Amino acid sequence: MESTANNRVIHVRELVKKFGDFVANDHLNFDVYAGEIFGFLGANGAGKTTAMKILCGLQRPSSGTIEVAGFDVYKQSDQIKKNIGYMSQRFSLYEDLTVKENFQFYGGIYGLSATEIKDRTRQMLESLQMTTSADMILRDIPLGWKQKLAFSVAMVHRPKIVFLDEPTGGVDPITRRQFWEMIYEAASKGVTVFVTTHYMDEAEYCNRISIMVDGRIEALDSPAALKAKYNAATMDEVFIRLARAGVRSMNG
Amino acid sequence: MRIIFYILQKEFRQIFRDKVMLPIIIVIPMIQLFILSYTATFEIKNTRLSIVDQDKSTTSRALISKFSGSSFFTIASYETSYEDGMERIKTGTTDQLLVIGKDTEKKLSRKEEASVLLVTNAINGSAASLMNAYASGIINDFNRFILEDQGPAGAVPALIAVQSRHWYNPKLDYKTFMVPGILVLLVTLIGMFLSGMNIVKEKEKGTIEQINVTPIKKYQFMIGKLLPFWLLALFELMIGLAFARLVFSIPMEGSVVLLLGIASVYLLVVLGLGLLASTVSDTMQQAMFISWFFVVIFILMSGLFTPVESMPAWAQNLNRLNPVAYFIQINRMIMLKGSGFQEVSGLFVALCVYAAAILSIAVKRYKKTA
Repeated sequence: MESTANNRVIHVRELVKKFGDFVANDHLNFDVYAGEIFGFLGANGAGKTTAMKILCGLQRPSSGTIEVAGFDVYKQSDQIKKNIGYMSQRFSLYEDLTVKENFQFYGGIYGLSATEIKDRTRQMLESLQMTTSADMILRDIPLGWKQKLAFSVAMVHRPKIVFLDEPTGGVDPITRRQFWEMIYEAASKGVTVFVTTHYMDEAEYCNRISIMVDGRIEALDSPAALKAKYNAATMDEVFIRLARAGVRSMNG
Repeated sequence: MRIIFYILQKEFRQIFRDKVMLPIIIVIPMIQLFILSYTATFEIKNTRLSIVDQDKSTTSRALISKFSGSSFFTIASYETSYEDGMERIKTGTTDQLLVIGKDTEKKLSRKEEASVLLVTNAINGSAASLMNAYASGIINDFNRFILEDQGPAGAVPALIAVQSRHWYNPKLDYKTFMVPGILVLLVTLIGMFLSGMNIVKEKEKGTIEQINVTPIKKYQFMIGKLLPFWLLALFELMIGLAFARLVFSIPMEGSVVLLLGIASVYLLVVLGLGLLASTVSDTMQQAMFISWFFVVIFILMSGLFTPVESMPAWAQNLNRLNPVAYFIQINRMIMLKGSGFQEVSGLFVALCVYAAAILSIAVKRYKKTA
């Protein structure tokens, strides 16, 4: 993977987000490159979700320069939205619609044609091995499957970048593994994956990770480089060493 | 357009899939219409009357029989003294007390003036004045009867005979008066609550975030969200009108098309208010409470139950902001008087201005980034 300005898909300089006196994001600086799996780590309340929402256009930054997919978040949020997929922390498909209907709805509002929707629905159901569940109401489907579906829905319009906010929370180890296989597959097709997680074993799967503490990025590098730098055997150790210094963390 | 189609498709799927809500949306309003039309009445029948007859004469018995013969009164008891009668009023076992004094017949036969005492429990003021009016009516009738009975024909002072004709509601049927108003109430509830709840539900479940990261335009989302309930409420109004016609035989003097046309603008106001409630709240509970607050004030001030004319001036001015009052007035005019567009155009323009204002505020307040 080349890290040049040419294949840079996310560009963040001096991002600050304040809620009153509370500084959720304190002068963040980072770049993410095409096809990369970028892990965004931090304890609860460190400011990960806020930063991710700003990148997705769900929240406005207080200040800073931010470009996503080559577009400016202040002025070109519509273009950004066409190029990104997002899977929120909370499960956010419609529980009272069927698998197929969810695909149809999201495909439709992303402006896909009826045939595109049909083809992509079929493809996705096949790759998820859920063809027989197409007409099941989502409420009746186990959580792990739902998460995989939500990921597929976030990818329905073939975005350049996909944002995953703690996608594997509460999911069993086997499904987590399958989920990461899906992430790898997406990355191999050139999709940039921006993922937040609490699981340190998952952090090892990322190409690069950043660790946030109290709204600041304390470390940013490949897992191997970080372990070498902090002289730690696992990412767990690296994380705990950094996060322990935080004031807001660990109690929330 | 295609995007709006997909939102509509999704909304209708959700509405028709909900096996609890759908029957509620259709059946409950009909039950409300049925129950309210029979119960929301100002007529007072079977006023309980206690009588103290100290005269015990032919005349007093004739007066009493006038009361017992009236459908408005039932004789609750005969008491021997004023004190006993008052005791009954105090304990709430009677509503009105009629005291016919001693020597009433004697005085009348001497062509002197005689008087009776009427005591009314006036805890409910408007009910009391009605009971009083009914009782006075009976006594006045009786009075004329005595006058005619006593003197020779020429001696009776010529009275101005008043003949009443009640226009637009000839039988003074309260259902005729109430049903058009209650129909308005029903579409208001449907429009305001369902639209507001629907958007807040997406906020509560978190699905709104998923929509907010799509390039969907605000107006597309709004139309997709409001149109289903706009259609549903109009449909509901049509069922209600049919129900009013078939079950209550309420006349439809004016044009149904005109009524539905105005209703469609009125619903924009109501849906806009529901939308506004949803933009300021994060949970269904909050949205419900805000909507309830306004709906109760709107309804109580609307002239549905109490005449607007008897409200203080400031309240009448405040009522200019009450969309329910406008539409109830329009609905009664069209259904009962057969008013055409000319007569209701002033009120209609007011509704149009209101709809434009509310919708633009609501759309402005709704933020995709939140």
